[in-house]
Amino acid sequence: MEKLLLLGDEAIAQAAIDAGMSGIYAYPGTPSTEIMEYVQASAEAKNRNIRSIWSANEKTAMETALGMSYAGKRAMVCMKHVGLNVAADAFINAAITGANGGLLVVAADDPSMHSSQNEQDSRFYGKFAMIPVLEPGDQQEAYDMVHYGFQLSEDMQIPVMMRITTRLAHSRTGVARKEQKPQNELRLPSNLRQFILLPSIARKQYRELLTKQERFEAASGNSGFNKLTDHTDKKLGIIACGLAYNYLMENFPDRNVPHPVLKIGQYPVDPALIDSLYTSCDELLILEDGYPILEELIRGMLNNGKRVRGRLDGSLPRDGELNPVIVGAALGLDHARGNDVPALVKNRPPRLCDGCGHNDAFLALNEALLEYGRGRVFSDIGCYTLSALEPLESINSCVDMGASITMAIGAADAGLVPAVAAIGDSTFTHSGITGLLDAINNNAPITVLILDNSTTGMTGGQTSSAFGKVEDICRGLGLSEEHILVIKPLKKHHEENIEIIRKELAYNGVSVIIPRRECIQTLGRKLRQKAKMKELEITQ
Amino acid sequence: MKKDIILAGVGGQGILSIAACIGTAALDEGLYLKQAEVHGMSQRGGAVQSHLRIASTAVASDLIPEGSADLIISVEPMESLRYLPMLSRTGWIITSINPFVNIPDYPDMELILKEIWKQHHYVTLDADAVAKECGSMKAANMVILGAAAPLLGMKPSAIENAVEKIFASKGKDVVELNLKAFHAGRSHTMKQM
Repeated sequence: MEKLLLLGDEAIAQAAIDAGMSGIYAYPGTPSTEIMEYVQASAEAKNRNIRSIWSANEKTAMETALGMSYAGKRAMVCMKHVGLNVAADAFINAAITGANGGLLVVAADDPSMHSSQNEQDSRFYGKFAMIPVLEPGDQQEAYDMVHYGFQLSEDMQIPVMMRITTRLAHSRTGVARKEQKPQNELRLPSNLRQFILLPSIARKQYRELLTKQERFEAASGNSGFNKLTDHTDKKLGIIACGLAYNYLMENFPDRNVPHPVLKIGQYPVDPALIDSLYTSCDELLILEDGYPILEELIRGMLNNGKRVRGRLDGSLPRDGELNPVIVGAALGLDHARGNDVPALVKNRPPRLCDGCGHNDAFLALNEALLEYGRGRVFSDIGCYTLSALEPLESINSCVDMGASITMAIGAADAGLVPAVAAIGDSTFTHSGITGLLDAINNNAPITVLILDNSTTGMTGGQTSSAFGKVEDICRGLGLSEEHILVIKPLKKHHEENIEIIRKELAYNGVSVIIPRRECIQTLGRKLRQKAKMKELEITQ
Repeated sequence: MKKDIILAGVGGQGILSIAACIGTAALDEGLYLKQAEVHGMSQRGGAVQSHLRIASTAVASDLIPEGSADLIISVEPMESLRYLPMLSRTGWIITSINPFVNIPDYPDMELILKEIWKQHHYVTLDADAVAKECGSMKAANMVILGAAAPLLGMKPSAIENAVEKIFASKGKDVVELNLKAFHAGRSHTMKQM
């Protein structure tokens, strides 16, 4: 079959379509967004009636996918690594309920934090939940592992995690497809109590999960994704997880590593496999593109066995993503270096687009806050986080989805009055609504700016669950009408907007101000499309 | 055959259409290919780069090892210098001399050019002017692609076919404009070599 040129994300999406998935649920987040986008744009997915709607957040996505699994069909849920924190309650408990139809959880990690606030390693979550984890080494393996993962999930009646990283998600290469499978029929779980986690049932289910662990290890030994390649020089044995294997191979142009190499793509790892390498080699080097999870396990807290090298002993940097040069250095290999970056090259950080409504909203906020001084604006995750940088320097926090409103409540409770929260429309429906309810119930003296650009902007303009609903949500939570104010963030309304914000800052209770203007990117796209349609009409 | 290429520019300048043309040509020629892109936050007007690797045997790493890139293809002069540590001592810089100024401390253009001209192998060209002569500034990307073409180790016809393929959906006029820009860029480099 002809190979398709696909991003890692797209390979996962195509594989899920081909493997008989009936629904995909996700909230946008770099580097996972393109999985859902690919399915939404796929004509095949449409013909096969595959559900592919953005969820309000990762937790609702995870739960919806679990519901589809309950009904016997194959479901996928995708998120960035920090999204798994949001979905964690559902995720961990789904390991206790187990699955019925195949359930694949894709978590996309971002080592080096290219577009994230931390570089947590989702393999820890997999270990925490005690479920199988797949870690593809390249895009083809990602494609193949989706097929395998759905089957494993159904065979073992357990959700399966696939952990990828930015480099795999956003790198393109030729991928060969497998034959398409039909979707599952609707089929209830054989035990209708399987998903009821009452303590008496949960204890039974949990013990079952514990007994499954040996089967998970055996599966990772048999799948072919964990592969030991023996070699003569046993002074060193190398364990390379996921993408790290490619960085290792890059250092040997003939792909012939003189040491035994264990490539890891599936967890939990069969201890016998590790043991055979450990016993036969003088020391081990462990390459993981993320946290040193295997390294810590093999080295042990006392570190009194053979020498185990990796991120913990300084052979590799403790943080950040790996690359061929870092891996080569750990092997004592030299590399050529290009010239240094000339001193005149200046940083070019990301910024709000020209003509972005957030810009006008923050200019007005900055001015309205002048009389109170700096340091009282709690913000959130989205394009508007860029207002932290010059020239605006408007905000003082960005922690997790929804934290703006709740941190403002806490700061106001401590006496920082007025405290301001700045949150986007999509982030508001993701995790801000419950915080606003807290604020209203406490009559907290905070002013909340819900920056409404009518889309999920930072990730490229996906549908926002908040669209057309923001005022109604505020009303429904019990906020009085006179403190729900919509403003138009435009230069020509600047003075008037400052006045409105100033007035609400002085009010001793909760106000919501909604600066509303469509994202300049999605607007531009729409206008270009319109112009194209018009052109077509004329030529026809 | 192996070509490791760093594509450089500013988010929104469309370096990915250059990558798409080279990538399509490489696939049609039966070559192996890996292309790492930057999505997400830096796309908002920040410095962006893409690692494009083409070879006659399977490519291992998605990232090019430092000091071993064969080419830096840049649509912005200052951005072409940002990735110098990636470039091999025998590598080439192909860059437009049209600055994209969206920072307050953008350096003096003359100093930037002096730095580029200090390197071993380079092609600098006013891609905007060349594209304008061909019919539209929008084709500046294809001028740069053309200027890099003699160094890509592929037949020019393969890249031409790829340009046609990539722009086919936008109509005959757009294809012709981009091909014209491609040829103009290519002959610029041929004259220098």
